[in-house]
Amino acid sequence: MSDDLILQGHDAPVISRRVQPMLRDSRIFAVIVLIVVIIVLWEGAKLLFHLPDRKLPHIGSILGEFASRTQGGSGPFWGVLMLNNAAATLGEALTGFILGGILGCLLAVVFTASPLLERGLLPYVVGSQLVPILAVAPMVVIGMGHLGAPDWLSKAIIAAYLTFFPVTIGMSRGLRAVPRDALPLMRSYAASGLQIFWKLRLPASLPYLFTALKISATASIIGSIIGELPVGAARGIGVVVVNAAQYYNSRPQNLWAAVLVASLLGLCFYGAVVLAERLIVGPQAQA
Amino acid sequence: MQRQPPVIAIDNLTKTYDGRAGQVVALSNVSLEISPGEFISLIGPSGCGKSTLMRLIGDLTQPSTGSITIKGKTPTRARQDRDYGIVFQAPVLYDWRTVQRNVELPLEIMGQGRSERGRRSAEMLKLVGLSEFDQAYPRQLSGGMQQRVAIARALVFAPSILLMDEPFGALDELTRERMQGELLDIWARTNATVIFVTHSIPEAVFLSDRVVVMSPRPGRIEAIIPIDLPRPRDTLTREDPHFFALATEVRERLRHS
Amino acid sequence: MAIAQANLKHMSPAARGRAFAWRWGPALATLLLVLVLWEAGVRFFHIAIYLLPPPSLIAARLLERGTFLLGIGLYTFEEALFGFIIGCTLGAVVAVLSVRWRWIAHGLLPFAVASNAVPIIALAPLVGIWFGSTTQVSKIVIVAIMTFFPTLLNTHRGLLSPAPEALELMHSYAATSTQSFLKLRVPAALPFLFNALKISATLSIIGAIVSEFFGGPLKALGVYITSQAGIGHYAEAWAAIVVACGLGIAFYLVIVVAERLVMPWQTAHEG
Repeated sequence: MSDDLILQGHDAPVISRRVQPMLRDSRIFAVIVLIVVIIVLWEGAKLLFHLPDRKLPHIGSILGEFASRTQGGSGPFWGVLMLNNAAATLGEALTGFILGGILGCLLAVVFTASPLLERGLLPYVVGSQLVPILAVAPMVVIGMGHLGAPDWLSKAIIAAYLTFFPVTIGMSRGLRAVPRDALPLMRSYAASGLQIFWKLRLPASLPYLFTALKISATASIIGSIIGELPVGAARGIGVVVVNAAQYYNSRPQNLWAAVLVASLLGLCFYGAVVLAERLIVGPQAQA
Repeated sequence: MQRQPPVIAIDNLTKTYDGRAGQVVALSNVSLEISPGEFISLIGPSGCGKSTLMRLIGDLTQPSTGSITIKGKTPTRARQDRDYGIVFQAPVLYDWRTVQRNVELPLEIMGQGRSERGRRSAEMLKLVGLSEFDQAYPRQLSGGMQQRVAIARALVFAPSILLMDEPFGALDELTRERMQGELLDIWARTNATVIFVTHSIPEAVFLSDRVVVMSPRPGRIEAIIPIDLPRPRDTLTREDPHFFALATEVRERLRHS
Repeated sequence: MAIAQANLKHMSPAARGRAFAWRWGPALATLLLVLVLWEAGVRFFHIAIYLLPPPSLIAARLLERGTFLLGIGLYTFEEALFGFIIGCTLGAVVAVLSVRWRWIAHGLLPFAVASNAVPIIALAPLVGIWFGSTTQVSKIVIVAIMTFFPTLLNTHRGLLSPAPEALELMHSYAATSTQSFLKLRVPAALPFLFNALKISATLSIIGAIVSEFFGGPLKALGVYITSQAGIGHYAEAWAAIVVACGLGIAFYLVIVVAERLVMPWQTAHEG
């Protein structure tokens, strides 16, 4: 299973090459059109099928929810509360993302340096993915809770687990993706192993690393949210979503707003990785 | 030596396209007449428009001004009449079809029955010497064998014109020379007119009745050199002093272009 | 692996058995070793059961409650399977339409790309409100959404994958656009489609279980895992996860076998 996930990731630059030229010219225009179309369809469907607010609230009331106060009008704004919780989720995801990313990169470097270690360890790395961690998430959270670990740690562990595998595979592939005959060329300059790593392997691996990081970014947010579901979690956008679902009948727009925040959180994290990719790898990686 | 009505008549052809730095003239005022059954090579440096000229003849792109007449028809009409067999530098075989079914592809599209397709493809595979590989998949074959399948596929519906765009460009020198010999044998058994695009001077001289030397910026015909080496040609032809003289002549014209 | 397979036909039964053992032996030995180390480690270090129950205990629960676990596993698998069928079929059909009519691609592909970044699972409560949070339908819808986008993107890419020369060849035969589509684009897209199906198979099982975390009847795998973990029955929860793994691997392998059958040329050349 995991190998195909990576295959998809590996091919991802091809998507952007095929899709982007088509999108780029009209991208801003298309986004505006899309937003207008969504609003028209949404409100149109509501009007046409007489959908009650319980099924489909007005877009305005969903956005208005951010500006209304909690605790029946005396607490802080919902927008602030949701952002705080989203920040907590982002913190958990980011911690795991960084830990998993570092672990993945280290493993990949070790694998590239020592094919023997790779042959010994890679089956375990691949085998680790047989455990569907998202399904195990409740146990991780409850187990860590029993140990008295801080609340965020279990979510970060889930996020790290989801991150390290794509990064290990992507980075190993990237470190080997040096141009043909580039290694003999470096050896002909009597370059040291370290020089080969810094001047050849690392730059060659960056596009692959970022392809993996993009997969991991979304996965780590999902991992954190799922980690927030078991009873007892105190903070996080997952908690807000579950609570909002419980009070749905009295405040339907609240759940819609919470889900919107969760989606935007995923998009922002992913967008940040894309931005970092543009800055570090530059546009040639997409070409 | 040939004065039959031309099978391909190209008259004052110009092709321009919009590049990044304004208009690019790919071909300028090209005129050429090609007789039935003739073997013509187009040779020249990159950017001289030799591939563009081939693609214009094959109706893969449209001229800006000027005209091309194929057997008295427009190229589009000729294409619809299935007058063209095309071989590219890459074999472009379909991975999911066996060798036999790759060769049968054009016949399938033209609506021929199964038994007729089988008969024709077997005949073609015999012609290119791949009879025992009919059930293999393309990726199981070497580059030279794949290109032979591509030639068989191009000839299977007996097109009157064979367009070849550097078909042996990706092969090693020895395979390439063997394939050139085989191509001449195959051509001798068909009545096809061949337009052969190449970078290689010995290849052009060895194969052709006439070598069309082209030059770039803008793409145009620099010279047309008749190759009066006797046929059938073989390995000895390549060692003939006259072969070297002709190759030198082509080289000179290319250098001054 | 491919070499071993290609040669299998020409082997005696004994040699075939040896090749099989050579291929799968190390993996099985590793699995056994891991189980033994796990069991020994848990016992030796007195690891609390809430962190990791010993495999013997999980196996005991699996045997005790095997029929029940398989039953709830199949209940969840139903959701995954129907969601998979709906999502992948729609994805492939929309990909075909979007190659035929470019404006569909323009409108939908940005969403498909964005869907990579959105935690779709967070939509589960909303889908539950529309389709009933305890019904199978709401889970099927979530799985369908999760599998729709990868299938759309991959199939679309596959349909656009033929080289320009391959299309020009079709043009030179004066092929109709239907002929080019059926004889060139569709077969060229098959490897991409199967890649998407393999991703979606795994995704659909996980998606069904995780969407059950948001609510569902007790006879669902996801609900069972959370409820058992919540009341301290960790070995029961782990046994349910073993069932989930088994279902996921089985579903994936079915797709792999289908891929081999549908695309014999993919493996033929590796011999």
